[in-house]
Amino acid sequence: MNIPYTVEARPDTGLPNGKLGIWLFLASEVMLFGALFSTYILLRVGAVEWPHGELSVVLGTINTIILIGSSVTMVMAWASLKMHNWGRHRLYLALTFLLALVFLVNKYFEYSEHLAKGEGPWHSTFLAIYFTLTGLHGLHIVGGMIVMGYFLGPGAKMWKTEPDRFANRIEYTGLYWHFVDLVWIFLFPVLYLL
Amino acid sequence: MSSDPAEIQKSVRTYMTVFAMLMVFTVITVAASRFHLAIPVGIAVALIIAAMKGSMVAAVFMHLSHEKRWVYGTLLLTGAFFLVLLLLPLFTSLDSLAIGSPWTAVKSGE
Repeated sequence: MNIPYTVEARPDTGLPNGKLGIWLFLASEVMLFGALFSTYILLRVGAVEWPHGELSVVLGTINTIILIGSSVTMVMAWASLKMHNWGRHRLYLALTFLLALVFLVNKYFEYSEHLAKGEGPWHSTFLAIYFTLTGLHGLHIVGGMIVMGYFLGPGAKMWKTEPDRFANRIEYTGLYWHFVDLVWIFLFPVLYLL
Repeated sequence: MSSDPAEIQKSVRTYMTVFAMLMVFTVITVAASRFHLAIPVGIAVALIIAAMKGSMVAAVFMHLSHEKRWVYGTLLLTGAFFLVLLLLPLFTSLDSLAIGSPWTAVKSGE
């Protein structure tokens, strides 16, 4: 079956269907994280005391740098495809995948440190919202890695048969990945610094 | 987004500039938090810097600086609902701010 408007833009929207689709998905993601940010504000405003310095700013900063770096490698993976440089594309996509993995490893160390001290989500309101927000964000990182893994593996063969469609798929993956980065850009100061 | 390789090459330079700026803003955010500013000022500074970083990611990496109006329309609608979500906690605090809430108004009218 031939799916229409995977490469060329639909005349009425001016966009390929996949692009509008990913933006609609991201809109729903904004609402999901928005609800949790709203919950955070509600809990924080209502709290008599709010803990400071409970999280490792060093690890948080390193993870911020890693995620921003991964956004650059992701956009470079797409740009390399547009410049018909397959080797560079593979390198940048693999780098993005690796950076995502390093982010999760850091998060694992952070979580383990808290849990070893018995400081799980049940310990305080702050840790409850911290684990919820960063846990959900972490799941999004895992989701992104699954998609990237697919395009590094079996999904890569589309480049030979339908290069423009493949480039579009990488663009949409990138849009999702930048959104995940964007969420972290707000999570970092809100949870680690304020 | 243009598919012309020369145009893409130009964009790559922009990506690198934005990357450098994002790094600088990250350092500024962490440095500002060390100054022990008053809480409202600290929150304002951190969120303004985060908003600037977020805008750069959205405008340049997500190509929102030159998108089609259907994407802008979707985001405008999302932004409006997102704002309502963020304002909800404020509505719950109206009592303590002595402004009064719609619920108390209904009760007193009974």
